[in-house]
Amino acid sequence: MATPTLDKAEKSGKGAPEPGFADSPYIKVTFRIRRFNPEVSEDAQWQDFELEIDPKERVLDALHKIKWDQDGTLTFRRSCAHGICGSDAMRINGKNRLACKTLIKDINPHKPITVEAIKGLTVLKDLIVDMDPFFQAYRDVMPFLITKGNEPTRERLQSAEDRERFDDTTKCILCAACTSSCPVFWNDGQYFGPAAIVNAHRFIFDSRDEGGEQRLEILNDKDGVWRCRTTFNCTDACPRGIEVTKAIQEVKRALITRRY
Amino acid sequence: MKIHKYDTVIVGAGGAGMRAAIESTKRSRTAVLTKLYPTRSHTGAAQGGMAAALANVEEDNWEWHTFDTIKGGDYLVDQDAAEILAKEAIDSVLDLEKMGLPFNRTPDGTIDQRRFGGHSRNHGEAPVRRSCYASDRTGHMILQTLYQNCVKEGVEFFNEFYVLDLLLQDVDGVQKSAGVVAYELATGEIHVFQAKSIIFASGGTGKFFKVTSNAHTLTGDGQAAAYRRGLPLEDMEFFQFHPTGIWRMGILLTEGARGEGGILRNKDGERFMEKYAPVMKDLASRDVVSRSIYTEIREGRGCGPEGDHVYLDLTHLPPEQLDAKLPDITEFARTYLGIEPYTDPIPIQPTAHYAMGGIPTNVKGEVLRDNTTVVPGLYAAGEVACVSVHGANRLGTNSLLDINVFGKRAGIAAAEYSHSNDFVELPENPASLVQEQVERLRNSTGTERVAALRLELQETMDANVMVFRTEQTIKAAVAKIAELRERYLNVSIQDKGKRFNTDLLEAVELGNLLDLAEVMAVSALARKESRGGHYREDFPTRDDVNFMRHTMAYREVAADGTESIRLDYKPVVQTRYQPMERKY
Repeated sequence: MATPTLDKAEKSGKGAPEPGFADSPYIKVTFRIRRFNPEVSEDAQWQDFELEIDPKERVLDALHKIKWDQDGTLTFRRSCAHGICGSDAMRINGKNRLACKTLIKDINPHKPITVEAIKGLTVLKDLIVDMDPFFQAYRDVMPFLITKGNEPTRERLQSAEDRERFDDTTKCILCAACTSSCPVFWNDGQYFGPAAIVNAHRFIFDSRDEGGEQRLEILNDKDGVWRCRTTFNCTDACPRGIEVTKAIQEVKRALITRRY
Repeated sequence: MKIHKYDTVIVGAGGAGMRAAIESTKRSRTAVLTKLYPTRSHTGAAQGGMAAALANVEEDNWEWHTFDTIKGGDYLVDQDAAEILAKEAIDSVLDLEKMGLPFNRTPDGTIDQRRFGGHSRNHGEAPVRRSCYASDRTGHMILQTLYQNCVKEGVEFFNEFYVLDLLLQDVDGVQKSAGVVAYELATGEIHVFQAKSIIFASGGTGKFFKVTSNAHTLTGDGQAAAYRRGLPLEDMEFFQFHPTGIWRMGILLTEGARGEGGILRNKDGERFMEKYAPVMKDLASRDVVSRSIYTEIREGRGCGPEGDHVYLDLTHLPPEQLDAKLPDITEFARTYLGIEPYTDPIPIQPTAHYAMGGIPTNVKGEVLRDNTTVVPGLYAAGEVACVSVHGANRLGTNSLLDINVFGKRAGIAAAEYSHSNDFVELPENPASLVQEQVERLRNSTGTERVAALRLELQETMDANVMVFRTEQTIKAAVAKIAELRERYLNVSIQDKGKRFNTDLLEAVELGNLLDLAEVMAVSALARKESRGGHYREDFPTRDDVNFMRHTMAYREVAADGTESIRLDYKPVVQTRYQPMERKY
């Protein structure tokens, strides 16, 4: 006998449902997934998969079960599986979410659950999109601390209050759920999109930063913050709970008042 | 096949890889090859903080930190390396702050610090506040800050390039690094990167366990590539089981939760750590706490209908403190368990977390091919490497430190090496091994499935080489792994395409996990003592006479092609600290 988990596995016997929770019933769920593979066909199509699953599991667990037990060609990105790495943003029942942070029970498993790639970025295969334009917009806002003069010997000082000022936008994991939920971005891929503005905000409102004017000028561009129509899709989509629309509004206000 | 030429190639874009890239890009033409977009790396999942004796909130110094690191590692730590780690910690934290990292602040505006497991005042007197942190998302902030600075420095990334092989070439009797071979996920194309210097910074290998805090992508790719090319792996039997993973899921709940005052309780509500570690209590080192949790469970004091977990109790902490200091982990409890941590304790169990062992290096990050000889031009840093600063058990907050200190060192050393050395000629058909491997998997008609073999591997590892081990359980694991390796030869995949073939990738990753699991089990079988994260119930005490030494595992291939593992040993570097009994 090594660790206690062995005892348990022996008691419950081989083939017992796992992982999950002993007392919860497995239910049958249909996943309707938007498939696309240009090596096979130029057209995308919906494909249904049925599986028995504990509704307390994640949508990512369901995608894995499909890939591992039914169809190895199903393709998606994932890594950490708990909402930190930002790999698995997808459109689940029409709403942008992280597959690893969405429990099946929370999205009505009694009807088919639709899963498709996020919108506004080119689909490359199944649920995988081309992220390069997204990261290019991020790089364009100069997402790094800009300072002038000599560096201090020790740390730069910052009050707890000043640190709090931009706390919300430091939470961004660059998953693209916000940008790819934005109707302006769907229609015009030149728009920086919410995520890039969030990351500009993170530095504009950092008391240590001295590059605010440069970033504001970039965002004053025709593809900048003024394109935002305040639909709040981005705020709804953010798996980190960032108040994205509010951050965009603060950048707009800073552009008018030049105070930040 | 495409051939690229760079002065320095870095494999992996987590904390160590990007910290190295920031240095090497300033000094040499550098390419970073990463199987994930850089910000997806698992450094981002680290929560609690980064240790440095800044002494911003109370008296502290790097010598105390050195001692704690050595004691935490149960004296298997190379003491010269630990001293470097603790000394350079201070500048590492200040570097990150200057790069823009938003640390939490003290009322004076300096970097705030909090308590963490095993970090003490004056050689074990009481817990000390040494962990520099940014809420409970310090790793996220480090990963973001390093990526931001890579953008600033114009670091050249090859995203979703999966390195499958390391090329070494004999030059006048000296084996030198020549390049790496990578598989481009988007196209299925194979690329050869010729480089004067190469840094492996590809992370850990936790996915051979089932209950783990590790990402799906942590499959020991760098360790396996080096091992297959004849380089040794050091101290692979030492794996850390973090005490507080979410029950059955393994998702990490930071030790910072206990640093903020959280308490572990058994089914009777008893604060059981008082029995096992009277001074440090819930903040004893991780190996001690994980063993204590399982002792409670085995003696019938576990929680729940199956008595298979204990509770992390935060209910006595003010909700404002949880919101300010532990927002992410409290949200994990709500999302994944439906539990409100303000009012209810969180069910937890130890979770496979961190490989103390890896590719052996010296303090410059140079890879060793035996106990003393370096491989010119080859470097490793971060979890893939074994310096060894963590010995038999790593202290919490020392890994975010490790990646910054040794990532930086490796980045500078590799770039400087590339200035004074020429390219080593590539072997003929440099990609042949990788092409053969990929074609074999793509064309195989075997009947074994990757997911099934991986699950069997994970179950045998959880059952047999986790927190408690015996000769019997380890032998069971060795036998099972051998069976799985045999069956792996008969594995096939369904996706035969070139474009984003993650089916193929998972098959390759399983091969890596199987190789490394075998090295781990064989190394553990030979270590007939208990030290740090390696606990043998049949040899429950530390044996400094016979086992105060690092394990070095080599892959041997006989003339008839049969593979075996040869174990050798390397002395531990001891400077000023004599081994003592470890008490918390």
